[in-house]
Amino acid sequence: MKLVALVLVPLLGGLLAWPLGRRRTEWARIAAVLALGVDLALALSLLGPAGPGGWLATFELPWIPSLGIGLRLGLDGLSLVLVLLTLLVGLLAVFASWSEIRERVGFFHFNLCWVLAGILGVFLALDLVLFYFLWELMLVPMVFLIALWGHERKTYAAIKFFLYTQASGLLMLLAILGLGLAHQRAAGSWSFAYGDLLGVSLEPTLALWLMLGFFAAFAVKLPVVVLHTWLPDAHSQAPTAGSMVLAALLLKTGAYGLLRFAIPLFPDASVRFAPVAMVLGAIGVIYGAVLAFAQTDLKRLVAYTSVSHLGFVLLGIYAWTSFSLTGTVLQMVAHGLSTGALFVLAGALYERTHTRDLERLRGLAPVVPRMGAAALFFALASLGLPGLGNFVAEFLVLVGAWEVRPIPTTIAALGLVAATLYSLRFFQRAFHGPAAEAELADLRPRELTVLGAMGVALLWLGLAPQPLFEVVAPALDVLLRTAGGTP
Amino acid sequence: MLDLLWLVPVLPLAGFLALTFAGRRLAKPAVTAIGVGSVGLSSLVAGAVAAAFLGHMPPGGVHRQILWRWFDVAGLRPEISLHLDALSLVMILVVTGVGFLIHLYSAQFMEEDADFARFFASMNLFVAMMLVLVLAGDLLLLYLGWEGVGLCSFLLIGFWYGEPANVLAARKAFVVTRVGDVAMAIGLFILVDRLGTLDLQAVVARAEAQWAPGSAAVVAVAALLLGGAVGKSAQLPLQTWLPDAMAGPTPVSALIHAATMVTAGVYLVARTGGLFELAPSIRTAVAVIGTATLLLAAGAALVQRDIKRILAYSTISQLGYMFLGLGVGSASAAIFHLVTHAFFKALLFLGAGAVIYACHHEHDIFRLGGLRRSLPTVTWTFVAGAAALAGFPLVTAGFYSKDLVLWRAFAGGHFLLWGAGLLGAFVTALYSFRLVFVVFWGETGTEAGARPGWRMTVPLTILAALSLVGGWLGLPAVLEPVLGAAEEMAEPHGTELLLQVLAGVVSLGGIALAWALYGRPGRHGDPVADALGPVGRWWRAGWGFDALYDRLFVRPYDAVARALEKDPVDRLPAAAAGLARGFHRALALTQNGRLRWYALSLAAGATFALYLVLTL
Repeated sequence: MKLVALVLVPLLGGLLAWPLGRRRTEWARIAAVLALGVDLALALSLLGPAGPGGWLATFELPWIPSLGIGLRLGLDGLSLVLVLLTLLVGLLAVFASWSEIRERVGFFHFNLCWVLAGILGVFLALDLVLFYFLWELMLVPMVFLIALWGHERKTYAAIKFFLYTQASGLLMLLAILGLGLAHQRAAGSWSFAYGDLLGVSLEPTLALWLMLGFFAAFAVKLPVVVLHTWLPDAHSQAPTAGSMVLAALLLKTGAYGLLRFAIPLFPDASVRFAPVAMVLGAIGVIYGAVLAFAQTDLKRLVAYTSVSHLGFVLLGIYAWTSFSLTGTVLQMVAHGLSTGALFVLAGALYERTHTRDLERLRGLAPVVPRMGAAALFFALASLGLPGLGNFVAEFLVLVGAWEVRPIPTTIAALGLVAATLYSLRFFQRAFHGPAAEAELADLRPRELTVLGAMGVALLWLGLAPQPLFEVVAPALDVLLRTAGGTP
Repeated sequence: MLDLLWLVPVLPLAGFLALTFAGRRLAKPAVTAIGVGSVGLSSLVAGAVAAAFLGHMPPGGVHRQILWRWFDVAGLRPEISLHLDALSLVMILVVTGVGFLIHLYSAQFMEEDADFARFFASMNLFVAMMLVLVLAGDLLLLYLGWEGVGLCSFLLIGFWYGEPANVLAARKAFVVTRVGDVAMAIGLFILVDRLGTLDLQAVVARAEAQWAPGSAAVVAVAALLLGGAVGKSAQLPLQTWLPDAMAGPTPVSALIHAATMVTAGVYLVARTGGLFELAPSIRTAVAVIGTATLLLAAGAALVQRDIKRILAYSTISQLGYMFLGLGVGSASAAIFHLVTHAFFKALLFLGAGAVIYACHHEHDIFRLGGLRRSLPTVTWTFVAGAAALAGFPLVTAGFYSKDLVLWRAFAGGHFLLWGAGLLGAFVTALYSFRLVFVVFWGETGTEAGARPGWRMTVPLTILAALSLVGGWLGLPAVLEPVLGAAEEMAEPHGTELLLQVLAGVVSLGGIALAWALYGRPGRHGDPVADALGPVGRWWRAGWGFDALYDRLFVRPYDAVARALEKDPVDRLPAAAAGLARGFHRALALTQNGRLRWYALSLAAGATFALYLVLTL
């Protein structure tokens, strides 16, 4: 039941926040904080030793029995880590928009809570129809967040985001139906349960096509280069909370989908596809980094760094080794925190200077020293400085990928130099140079708390990430065994 | 006592934290107490640890302190552990000792700076990271220190970030060294993949057990580690960042860009000497790179006009000697030279800083002159440092360490490298005393204003003493058990003595030539640069490497970035959208509200349908 509650609590919180926000805006914020706080406590209570198959908790209720569709939820270490990340980033997003969002506050928090609920559901669903349903559930409120509270080109960005996700989602739906049909042919009965579909034997060409259907949906979200162009628009046009949720969480649903579904469901097809995917990952690392270096819009710059960082994730997933998968999970968390923090900073700067143009931001370090220090810290996290979580993550991904394919791995490693270039460019452009002659407020206590929490978490992940590894290890071992890796 | 080892890096780290979070609320004396005191305490603890270690040598000559396990994934278990042996002991004594003196000096040098607390915070963090680097028992932790010192170097080169040139210099230093760091990281990937560990002792032991000498894997690893070392220690071809790094405050140049951080590459190669021994081709490359660098940089130092750039090129050149020592298989000679160089080059930078401090930030040596009269302490300590750099025979530390490097090159049969090193020594003596005679002798140039107080003169005096007597420390004997005994000497001791005399003569010859060209009254201009003409200008520009890299890397990267700025991939969906819009327009044309057109199209459609029915 706890798993159902995990999804329901934010849904209810959102339903509550909407009307409350009409009375007093603070109430909507508090309702969201309470809902997410309760949910976080609930998620933490699920920590414990893993049961058979790596599961910490499962739930099953029939939904459409004739078609073998059920409300099947399951939580293993991988899901739990992502659930905790979702709730933590969700909470921080509420705090980060405390002074930014002043219009339709209730509806804003309704949408925020519902996106989070959809994301939580995606990390828990073990029925493919349910998974598809939740996949769509997170889409709509996200589109609203961008379209209603975004910046200058918000409508364009929202529509683009919607079309990309929707079109690729349909391909996944077709693949899900195809897989269900294959199960029906083989077993004589319909089922969309993850456990049932894992063992379906498929003809290789069909498996490849179905796998590509899943890959399309996840590749758009991740994003994989060529399918990434919705991301800079959506990230830069969304309000701070929207950018945080997009970068820290929504992209991770793509990675999670690959780990949980695309590869275990189609192991042989994935092995055939892996070289292509790893090369795409390496290209993403470099392409994203070069484009980030070229941007003048601060939020677009950060958006392209996501393309680069998620390239490591793609590389690590398709290397499919213990090292690379552990690194991938850590990268998902660390990237969520470091990029989320950069968006908080970009939002704070925008609030004060009303510009995101790096050509116009100059010499801010003496004016807002705390903000300068925070920007430096997260820029360093982003360039993979040892001691912070991103370094351990990228190191493990690259070590794991090296064993499998040294050449794309070397190319991706060069991304570390490119990351240095864009990170330093961002930091030095905005904060160094002749002192700006502006009177700006430095970080306020609430902003400091949000950034401080993210910073401490990154230090923890960088210096002693073992507790996190302990949580995900059983889940990753199961995944590796299912899809024929060597744990 | 040995159990207090962890305090050595933690004390400066605590200083950094205190100054970062409370620095702007503290008064200057408090900032000084924390900033200088933390490093001072750290050096005291290091001294006590050294006494305990040498008094009671632990079994195997190694003391290990494991603080915690970093992580444990698939058999890779890097630890946050400190590894104390003779090599790391020497390094922590140099880092904390020289570091403390430079911090003390900075307390006066930086006194007027508005960002006093930020300066000491960054310096303390640097010392902490450098100590992590040299104490790390695991290559991954070493890498943490390695990148950490790179960060501090970046922060301190760009300390005066209001000036765009300093900002660029800081970025250049970070990016260029990071190129080497990535090579090193790939080397670590191979080690994990093939040996399954990054523990320093285990790596060397397993490499010896698993890899045949000269096998591809060990050659690759050694080459990649060398890539990292070359970046950090500013050797060819990654030397270009160091001269620009002089944009930082002078104590920073003394500590980071002379005494400690830039020697990290030398330390790395010495520390992983076991791997280089298995890869003789790469070890030869180390020697060749070192020799080429020492000659090129000495040439560049000879024609610079900026006092700090002379010293920067000199540092690159002296690091070249250390690489030569490593490359001919004598890590102990290299480390010996590292230590004496830390003394005399820190001294020279601090002396240059005192000159700059006194003479209103004048850097051009030809606008200075005759300072011997107004700054006597600075002059005599500077002369001691320059003499050590020039290898003035018998009474300076630099003579013994440089001579040992050259002797080991000769004894190893590398006569060409030895000859090049000797030529370099001549140029070194020439440029170091060109600097001395131009700045401190001759006619008075810029008048000395502020006089350095005791906080500046005490470090100068101590370092001057060390630059003279540091050669009698007998370091090689302490180091050889760790770094491997020197190979069998091919030549008897008579030859060594003969070569020593030769080296002494070369050094004195260089100094004499410097006196003839620059010391005698009535000198006009810069005779060496004038004689060299366009070649001199080429050397002054660092042999044109900056211009070359600008063409090869910087501009192409910029051009590619600019070309891609608008993300060409985005054209695809835009084209699809355009296509859809076109269709929409075309179809909309048919809805024109004219009844005749509708009737016509209806009839045409019906005819077409009928035709289909009839023919198919």
